[in-house]
Amino acid sequence: MSINIRLFASLREKIGKAEFNIEANKATTVKEVWTLISNDLPMQTNTLCAINMEYVDSDHKVTDGDEVAFFPPVTGG
Amino acid sequence: MIQIREKAFQPWDELQSYQDSLQINGKYGATAVFVGSMRDFNEGDDVQAMTLEHYPGMTEKHLDKIVQTARQQWELIDILIIHRVGDISPNDPIVLVAVWSAHRANAFDASRYIMEELKSKAPFWKKETLSNGVRWVEKNTSG
Repeated sequence: MSINIRLFASLREKIGKAEFNIEANKATTVKEVWTLISNDLPMQTNTLCAINMEYVDSDHKVTDGDEVAFFPPVTGG
Repeated sequence: MIQIREKAFQPWDELQSYQDSLQINGKYGATAVFVGSMRDFNEGDDVQAMTLEHYPGMTEKHLDKIVQTARQQWELIDILIIHRVGDISPNDPIVLVAVWSAHRANAFDASRYIMEELKSKAPFWKKETLSNGVRWVEKNTSG
């Protein structure tokens, strides 16, 4: 299945990409997607994850066509 | 109304013109306004400039959720949120939150709620320029 990856802020800089597609097996979780894209960078405990622009836990299932985003704690305002 | 702005804005002008557009004269008794501006210091360092990044789409979606929740919790007449992204200089306004209601308690409480939720949920990230390089702000101050 095809997954669209979005990375923001310090995670975008660490991994060196902002947006790209990956192909993954079925029944993949957000955490497993991170392993596929992170160049062995461990996921920080404060990393935030979203699927289709909604916050999810890292064990949430990913389905075909999802947009999966990873980013550090938010600092707006 | 929720707006993400890439250019500097004048919060007091925005407030006046938005309020004029509402045609609610005589209906509101309270307007609570919060303006957040850029400091030239953070964590003991001088900060020369800042870049604010966001997640287009998700940011607006979550600001909208925050507004909808506030409207369910308090009796409000209107809400205005304007938030900057892009390159920002010290003293530039970053965020404007204004809440109109019939009585002050709802306006005070809802504006505080909206700001705290914005700071903890809306996907924005600050990157500071210091005299010796750049750094991402890792977390917001507690209050």
